[in-house]
Amino acid sequence: MSVQIWTYLLVGITFALYIGIAIWSRAGSTKDFYVAGGGVSPLANGMATAADWMSAASFISMAGIIAFAGYDGSVYLMGWTGGYVLLALLLAPYLRKFGKFTVPDFIGDRYYSKTARIVAVICALIVSFTYVAGQMRGVGVVFSRFLEVDINTGVIIGMIIVLFYAVLGGMKGITYTQVAQYCVLIFAFMVPAIFISIQMTGNPVPQLGMGSKLADGSGTYLLDKLDGLSTELGFNAYTNGSKSMIDVLAITLALMVGTAGLPHVIVRFFTVKRVKDARKSAGLALLLIAILYTTAPAVAVFARTNMINTVNNKEYGSMPEWFTKWETTGLFQFDDKNKDGKIQYVADKNRNELYVDPDSMVLANPEIANLPAWVIALVAAGGLAAALSTAAGLLLVISASVSHDLIKKVFKPTISDKGELWAARLSATVAVVIAGYFGINPPGFVAAVVALAFGLAAASFFPAIVLGIFYKKMNKEGAIAGMVTGTLLMLFYMTKFKFDWFGGGTSEDWWFGISPEGFGSIAMLANFLVSISVMKLTPPPPYNVQEIVEDIRIPSGAGEAIDH
Amino acid sequence: MSDKQKRASAYWKENVKYLFILLIIWFLVSYGAGILFKDALDTIIIGGFKLGFWFAQQGSIYVFVILIFVYVRLMNKLDKKYGYNE
Repeated sequence: MSVQIWTYLLVGITFALYIGIAIWSRAGSTKDFYVAGGGVSPLANGMATAADWMSAASFISMAGIIAFAGYDGSVYLMGWTGGYVLLALLLAPYLRKFGKFTVPDFIGDRYYSKTARIVAVICALIVSFTYVAGQMRGVGVVFSRFLEVDINTGVIIGMIIVLFYAVLGGMKGITYTQVAQYCVLIFAFMVPAIFISIQMTGNPVPQLGMGSKLADGSGTYLLDKLDGLSTELGFNAYTNGSKSMIDVLAITLALMVGTAGLPHVIVRFFTVKRVKDARKSAGLALLLIAILYTTAPAVAVFARTNMINTVNNKEYGSMPEWFTKWETTGLFQFDDKNKDGKIQYVADKNRNELYVDPDSMVLANPEIANLPAWVIALVAAGGLAAALSTAAGLLLVISASVSHDLIKKVFKPTISDKGELWAARLSATVAVVIAGYFGINPPGFVAAVVALAFGLAAASFFPAIVLGIFYKKMNKEGAIAGMVTGTLLMLFYMTKFKFDWFGGGTSEDWWFGISPEGFGSIAMLANFLVSISVMKLTPPPPYNVQEIVEDIRIPSGAGEAIDH
Repeated sequence: MSDKQKRASAYWKENVKYLFILLIIWFLVSYGAGILFKDALDTIIIGGFKLGFWFAQQGSIYVFVILIFVYVRLMNKLDKKYGYNE
């Protein structure tokens, strides 16, 4: 069977599975819709969190980015896993004890202020929309490359599927489809990695294969070989980076804190029964995520080595079929500058003849390694699972922000449970349509705004939540001033260096040598400083709020997530 | 302060102590071994891995997972000690 038939088959089966689960787990109340009824087991929640978290970026882009960035790519590996330690230790158990539906719920109640709630809703909406546009785009890319449909048709098919289970099932439908999607995506990521690891090093465990000797009998270690190839072609040695140490520190911190502050991840911990389940499921989520995150750097090493060996100094005419297929998507581009009919792949921009988009590496890797057709099709199904699961989680945050935090809590507190459920469904539908629009007409700045999403989450939510739990005397004046300062500072720095606003600037002008990607850590520190300074000058929070803080510090008596 | 409050604040103190210790380890394996002392650790080679590079791309993640499970265990014991388990 050809790759295309296999792809139709596997994608069809997995989509049918997701729809089946959606019908089986329809939401009957707002509680089902927002927090899946509050009775999800820690393991199911761990799997759902892992699928929710691992997006098209983790599945499709990350290993490719590491393949080209080498050591510098470590910022994503450490940043996107280390954040779970912060989440498990500093946020998840206390937010579960607090027992509400959304992150703005916590901010609004803890800081006894509608303003604080609205600031939090705006941050949640910016972060989630930024993210979801990228997911729809990922769906489009997979469809166009593997099913040879138009990218826009791909986006629309993806929209319909997500719409179906997000609108029908809410958090309940999303949770159980995410469990299935985790299984699909991890299987799809591991199978080719194991195949290639055996092929290249003889070791079936990719994490170990990465540090093993090559299977060609030369006795050279794979990483030494890749360091050698890289420096020969004029790149940095793979195991050394080119970013400054301060920037690596700042980016890692911004990604870790941003991860812990992302509303679609935090809200997953409202769905378990007890505080102790929230802790345990954070651990399980990271364990399940770590399986992919420790494999990705191995895939990166295999892919980069394989690619250099396959294309460099080879006749263009002798390239296999997949090479031309990727050329038609524009993700591979070849320009025979010296007209010798061969591909020269070097660091020197004037002599380099091959451009490879990092996004193509994971998808092309099984083809480069000549793996069987079903493995290639599996990767396509896995990429779709990763993109759809994250998109659904984000859509839920968007719809809950609108129906619960704005309509129910600010504009129309008298709305009935049934009315709120319909409002939630309606806002999810509108959100899917907007996300689809951005997927079809991607703003040129998607990559820039994803970094912004993490920076914003780090600069706005994280300090407000941590201070809300660990600093009883923190008051609304401090928290609001901090969130506004952090958010504005982050927006200013990002637009200045990414869009050339406020006079623009180059990397020479970066403050403390920190890139916009890493600036979230500075904006976060500014938030903490402003919050604490303003708090010292303003009245302390009311007594009953201090009591709430004392109460969330004690794990027992969490009860169910309830609406007050 | 009532007995109930005393119990709660003693529990909270022990909790914060655990967090402090675990976060120091969290910092050391990622920011320490993977970034600040990466070059020094790279002179140590285990199998095909330079140690600093290994911490940055593999080791830190394994330690993160272990840290959360250690935290879960410690907290479950602490909950029992103070009668907050359910």
